[in-house]
Amino acid sequence: MVVNCEQVWQEISNYLDDDVDVDVDLRAAMEAHFRECKRCRAVLEGTRNVIQLYGDERMIDVPLGFGHRLQRRLEDNMQSRRRRFLGWMVAAAAAVLVTGSFEIARSSVFRRPELRSEHAQAGSGLPPDMMIVVSPNGKIFHASGCPFIHDKAHVRTIVVREAIKEGYAPCVRCMKKYLRADLSSPESLADAQR
Amino acid sequence: MMPEGVTSLNKPAAQPSEDLLIRHIQDGEHEVFYELIRPYERCVYRTAFAILRNEADAEDVAQEAMLKAFKNIGQFRGESRFSTWLIQITVNEARMWRRKEHAHLMEPIVNREGVEGNYVPRDFADWREIPSETLERKEIRDKLAEALESLGHIYRDVFVLRDMQHLSIEESARALGVSAASVKTRLLRARLMLRDLLAPGLGGNWSTRLPFAKGTKPW
Ligand SMILES: [Zn+2]
Ligand SMILES: [Zn+2]
Repeated sequence: MVVNCEQVWQEISNYLDDDVDVDVDLRAAMEAHFRECKRCRAVLEGTRNVIQLYGDERMIDVPLGFGHRLQRRLEDNMQSRRRRFLGWMVAAAAAVLVTGSFEIARSSVFRRPELRSEHAQAGSGLPPDMMIVVSPNGKIFHASGCPFIHDKAHVRTIVVREAIKEGYAPCVRCMKKYLRADLSSPESLADAQR
Repeated sequence: MMPEGVTSLNKPAAQPSEDLLIRHIQDGEHEVFYELIRPYERCVYRTAFAILRNEADAEDVAQEAMLKAFKNIGQFRGESRFSTWLIQITVNEARMWRRKEHAHLMEPIVNREGVEGNYVPRDFADWREIPSETLERKEIRDKLAEALESLGHIYRDVFVLRDMQHLSIEESARALGVSAASVKTRLLRARLMLRDLLAPGLGGNWSTRLPFAKGTKPW
């Protein structure tokens, strides 16, 4: 199978996505084309850069105090629901008592954990001892199969803890399941940084 | 704090505790809702901002989306990930907001629905390296934001979901109410258009001043 530039451009987006199937023959033909065609190589590298830059959460700053304002809004909303509920259910005297205990429960549950640094959340779900790869000139660490690894020939395998210590950041694409799943272990990043 | 070496590695993934939180909230323990959304609040804001390009609007929409998620948590059945469900609600809120606020604005003709012919790259400048610290520079982030903003809505929305929030093709399709094939086509265009916009400026020497061509849209 041989492909021309136009065919390459139409498939380049799927080609770059690790979770989209591209026919094996087509992929091989595209790889052969990239070896020969400088223009398509430029398009490929550039498109990969676009995906990587915009996929980085530093692209958009979250305003200071956003979390606190959100929390307050939710509290207000729930309190007014609760007030309606209580006013409806019980006598005024009982309500005072109940509200009191609710307040206590609420303040303990809603206490916001100490703020971590702006980007700390990015690494907090990562198992510190997981093996990952880094390339000498990159700034990102990846799972070994990630298509976004730069300079594949010279990668080094280390554990997450070391990578973070050396200043590498997790790849938002291959590490995304950890970046999302950081609910249960806010302490793992601190562990990793030690 | 756990001793070094004995880390959360062996702990089950976040999923079970998230499921548990959701069940508690569905059972009426509303107070833990904030715990549930806290890991995603920033994603929600970024999604809203990427679509609306305005901080105040994005914050309002993000709050509305999370309140809506709270009100509708009883309908969440765990068929998708909670984060995906939340991002889908956010996208819908943001798009509704945009329709309300900008009903008077016309989209450029070329960007309207239905124009999905083949896209041909305009620029073949080499653009090899992207040092990660690049994004620490505000002028770079501004260039990227400006380029994203110049895309038509249908391209921008797909790109935001797929490449900024990392939803799958199917999840993005569901969130936007379009087919998977259409997501792929729009994504291709969005990526190539952004590359065309950025490669001439960012592909050059990073250390020199950026000769970003202002106002020249290649389509
Ligand atoms: Zn070519
Ligand atoms: Zn990766």
